[in-house]
Amino acid sequence: MSEQRSRSEAKTDAATEVEVPKEPSMLLQKELISGHFDKLAEAHERGQKVVYTFVPGNLTELLLAFDVLPVLPEINALQAGMRKKSGAYITEAEKLGHSEDVCSYVKCDIGMARTGLGPTGKKMPPPDMLLLSYTGCFTFMKWFELLKQEFPNAEVAMLHVPYQGDGIVTAEMRDYVVKQLRTEIVPKLEKLTGKKLDEDKLKGLLERSARAEEDLVWVLESGKHHPSPIDGYFGGVFYIGPIFTAFRGTEEGEHYYKVLREEVAGRIARKEGPITPLGPLNDQRYRIVVEGPPNWTSFREFWEMFAVEGAVCVASTYTKVGGLYDFGFRHDPTRPFETLSDYCLGCYTNLNLPSRTGMIAKYVKDYQADGFIVHSVKSCNSFSAGQLLMLREIEKRTGVPGGFIESDLVDPRYFSAANVKNRLESYFQMIEQRRRGGVGAASEVSP
Amino acid sequence: MSVEAFECFVGIDLGSTTTKAVVIDAAGTILGRGITNSRSNYDLACEIARSEAFVDAQMSRLRSALEADPVLAAHAKVLGPSLERSFRHRQHLRQLATLRRSCLGLSGETEALRAALTAILDEMQVLAERMFSGLAGADAKKSEFFRDIAGAQFQKLAEGKAEPKKLPYEDIVGVFDKAILKVENEPDDLTFEGNAREALDRTLDRYGKQGVEIRAQALAALDDLLAHPPVTRCSVGTGYGRARLPFPKAQIRSEILCHGLGAHAMFPGTRTVLDIGGQDTKAIQVDGDGIVTGFQMNDRCAAGCGRYLGYIADEMNLGLHELGPLAELSTRRVRISSTCTVFAGAELRDRLALGEKREDILAGLHRAIILRAMSILARSGGVMDEFTFTGGVANNPAAVRALRDLIAENYGERRLNISPSSIFTGALGAALFALRDAQTADAAAGEAAGADTFQEAQA
Amino acid sequence: MRSAAEIAAVCEEIVLDVGLSCVLRHRAESGKKAIGFLPIYAPREVVEAAGMLSVGVLGGGDQIEIIRGDAYFQSYICQLPRSVIEMGLSGKLDALDGMLFPAICDVIRNLSGMWQLLFPNKYVRYIDVPHNHDWEVGGKFYVHDLRELGRGLAGVSGVTPSDDRLREAIALHNENRRLLRALYDLRARAPHLVPTAEAYVVVRAGYQLPVEEHSAIVREYLEAARVSGRAPLDQSRVVLVGSFCEQPPLGLLKTLERAGCYIVDDDLVLGARFLRGDVDETGDPWEALARAYIAHGSHTSSRYVAGEQKGEYLIDLCKKRKAEGVVFCAPSFCDPALLEQPMLQTALEAANVQHTSFRYSENTAQFQAIHEQAGTFSDSIRLWSEDQ
Repeated sequence: MSEQRSRSEAKTDAATEVEVPKEPSMLLQKELISGHFDKLAEAHERGQKVVYTFVPGNLTELLLAFDVLPVLPEINALQAGMRKKSGAYITEAEKLGHSEDVCSYVKCDIGMARTGLGPTGKKMPPPDMLLLSYTGCFTFMKWFELLKQEFPNAEVAMLHVPYQGDGIVTAEMRDYVVKQLRTEIVPKLEKLTGKKLDEDKLKGLLERSARAEEDLVWVLESGKHHPSPIDGYFGGVFYIGPIFTAFRGTEEGEHYYKVLREEVAGRIARKEGPITPLGPLNDQRYRIVVEGPPNWTSFREFWEMFAVEGAVCVASTYTKVGGLYDFGFRHDPTRPFETLSDYCLGCYTNLNLPSRTGMIAKYVKDYQADGFIVHSVKSCNSFSAGQLLMLREIEKRTGVPGGFIESDLVDPRYFSAANVKNRLESYFQMIEQRRRGGVGAASEVSP
Repeated sequence: MSVEAFECFVGIDLGSTTTKAVVIDAAGTILGRGITNSRSNYDLACEIARSEAFVDAQMSRLRSALEADPVLAAHAKVLGPSLERSFRHRQHLRQLATLRRSCLGLSGETEALRAALTAILDEMQVLAERMFSGLAGADAKKSEFFRDIAGAQFQKLAEGKAEPKKLPYEDIVGVFDKAILKVENEPDDLTFEGNAREALDRTLDRYGKQGVEIRAQALAALDDLLAHPPVTRCSVGTGYGRARLPFPKAQIRSEILCHGLGAHAMFPGTRTVLDIGGQDTKAIQVDGDGIVTGFQMNDRCAAGCGRYLGYIADEMNLGLHELGPLAELSTRRVRISSTCTVFAGAELRDRLALGEKREDILAGLHRAIILRAMSILARSGGVMDEFTFTGGVANNPAAVRALRDLIAENYGERRLNISPSSIFTGALGAALFALRDAQTADAAAGEAAGADTFQEAQA
Repeated sequence: MRSAAEIAAVCEEIVLDVGLSCVLRHRAESGKKAIGFLPIYAPREVVEAAGMLSVGVLGGGDQIEIIRGDAYFQSYICQLPRSVIEMGLSGKLDALDGMLFPAICDVIRNLSGMWQLLFPNKYVRYIDVPHNHDWEVGGKFYVHDLRELGRGLAGVSGVTPSDDRLREAIALHNENRRLLRALYDLRARAPHLVPTAEAYVVVRAGYQLPVEEHSAIVREYLEAARVSGRAPLDQSRVVLVGSFCEQPPLGLLKTLERAGCYIVDDDLVLGARFLRGDVDETGDPWEALARAYIAHGSHTSSRYVAGEQKGEYLIDLCKKRKAEGVVFCAPSFCDPALLEQPMLQTALEAANVQHTSFRYSENTAQFQAIHEQAGTFSDSIRLWSEDQ
């Protein structure tokens, strides 16, 4: 039944896709990403190696220095979700014995792996290496163990990135990661590709990363303008796409962020808002900070629920999962291993709860937000466990009311549109009512 | 004596099981309330609730008019209820007639079935006369819907008519189940305006000698009222099905805001509201003006909502309203760990198999539900003084007791408010929003008019 | 001399006492402070070397009613953190001056941050055990982490965990670990002498007792169990897997054995037996603890072991314990257990080992379905082994 539903949804989605206006950079982004999937499909034919790894703590510059292509299973899963294919893959994985209780990215990926295809329908090459970057998410570890079962011939390399339990990165933590890069990751990549690491090439890539990061931060911080020229959550997903995946350190990536920055600068000058699925959002009634990943299976519908109320997301934490740059960190080509370590250690889900709480509270203030919404997803305990306490703490610190909604990443069974919409409407109306500061004649009557 | 022409404001709460309407006047005073069960046709449910609220409003206006009249005042106590009964009697008979029509229409060619149906409906006709006779104990409860009253009567009578093999009970009741949908989906035009005179006539006829004496005066009071019909200035809709209401978006408010404002209107000291409805549980914090400052709702899972009690009632073969009183008999509460609706039945059977008493299990279940509510309250910011409890579960004594205990244990002394008409909280809030919208519009119009004048002066 | 059942009854009382009165008593008698630790494994020796009691916190089980804890967690998160928060907020953990949160999953990890926010005056440390087992890399990192833990704990107690003190604690725990291994060996050899419900409380009582006191109890229980004269029953032999964090209620363990399954090994209270071999009592004790973790750490879902053949360890365990089947008994919403399970099942199927599975939560109150399932499983594996 759910398959049937997914199919019919896919139909309406494809139909609306044509009509929805997009920012030019979004089209460029789409080209980049689908180009990468095209490149992957023929990678082995070209003799190019393929390494599977994760978005948080991805070592793209290092991989590209070895001329290997990265595959990001979370991206595959979310792309499958956006294309309404995830439901069937998850069902398939559950048939194989996976519990309904666990992460839907994993199940979607396992289900998809069995088809040999990627989310765009192109061939997905099996991994030559599984580079397990254990950063900010326990499930990653099990995920790659499961993939190892699917692809027994793949080499496995594990990069254990310690957690910022005390809210800081110590010299020993950095040193531990650097040592692993030197003794585990690099030797395995050298063995895989048959070539030595070209440090100059790596430095060149890192230099480009830093420049793109500069532009990315400028774009993300443009959400401080009134009106905000960007949607830092739904739109932000597009903006982070290239730098969180295969394009950090590349020329295309650097170019993309230049184009994006110019585009956003133009909107700032014209006092325009971002383009949402409902068109430009110039009349912004609510400035919102969002915590938690988006829902992918109903991504557009979800965004529309904000746009229709005139709500713009000025900042989000999800746009920091693949790298936290707005507190000053940039890749530093002069210290390639140390900088990669710092990058990994600093990803958002590797921060402890007090740090995350403080960061959101800071966003609420710095971006002059009217509110913040926690989107809690069933799949991701790394994000979700503790969010209710964070919500309360942030309310206490900022005096701004928090909203709480729940769904999932790519399991369509857990997105209840009516439920989410009901809460969002109630939340925005509450802000509106509080803003008016009174109900005028809130007359009292006898019961 | 004359009735001023008046504007009124309507709030509609389209819930998952019932649809409620409240009519208020410009001072915010409740004039009338209407309720019906929500059905597949939302427009209709909304229309029926609204028209019931208006009948109720007009009826109460008439009662006030009678009370205000020096001669009629002495009779108001008799005339009021009698008039209302007469009105509801007519309504009931009309619905019964529709039921008869559709039952016979659905019965097909089977003679035995037709005969049984005719006999049942004839007996229901007799029962109807008794129900509205005004005799003590015979009165139908106002809160009961035609579906429930007629359904119960029909089922009981059908038992007597059914014959094994030849005319199965299921066949007879099956006709009712289909026919009642027709009754519910056929709007009846039982307006106050169109029927009040006849009802009053009948009432006065039955009032004997006194009826004759006051007839002219009573009819004049009615005419005066009818000459000044209520005018709906503004309506606001709310409730889970609010998106389905035929209202523009500007006239829709979330249940959260409406519940907050409605509870504030009923109990002005309210700071925290708990609403446990069929499908969801809401905890709302409001300030001294009834403005919502925070809220939380249950998560996706419906555990701990009213529906859970429904499952339990079904599982135990009890009526929903019987659960609370039975749980109150408990002397040794069983601890229930799961309020999962999916497991409710299994857990219950396990417990019964272990020899636990029904009342003890039920006491545990009620506490488990309230524990879920306590979590949602805590998430929303806790329980402030005063605390108002609304929704269907607020009528359940065992749930109220569990709530009272847990609040006292965890938050200390709190004044707990429960209104007998708490089911109308959301609709009342919506009506108050309608009033407020009108006032805002008036203020804006005043300003605009002022601006025009200014511009004219400039020109 | 006390009987095995009597000793177990005393232990059960300790285990079920969520108010930690036994820890409170020890605090009062010894003037020592106490540090709690969550599953799975924490280096208790360091806590004790710092002059404090180490107390395992495994949740409230079916002993407490969750009133506040649910407010902090969504419905899709396991039960253990709810009851731990409940205990913390209701003062049941007041006997503890700090809390250690070992790396096990994202829920426990985030719970460490929640503890920092909720109890700002308590010592909180997240213990990031290494997943890289290269001594020069992960080993050294862990040694540093242990020393850092020692410094932090010294700040709480005022007692520096010197090398000597640490070696002393290691020796006491080595003895305790040997006794627990003997207990598990005895149960595997003669499961009728050591019902799992008893073994479980005997092991778990150690989480609230000074180690010497606990070792004395285990020793006494071992002797009593050997001479208990309990008669063997015709039951199947199974290994229980998945209960390494949130613990099943006692009723569930009793149900399994009553349904015809002798549990001949398990991962209950795994932290107590996490190190499968002795820790070196000579040389640098910090390094010794780290080396033991790398060399003798248990194979469990939360720990990454490079090159590990999934399920191999479990199959070996079944052989060693002469188990006829595996019961996957995991808490609902337990990421580590449930993500691992399909891999283990695949391996068992390849090795022709029968298995069954169900989920519980620590406050599960219904065992009827589990009884039937376990009974059927037990019957089927015995029939199956007769066929072989």
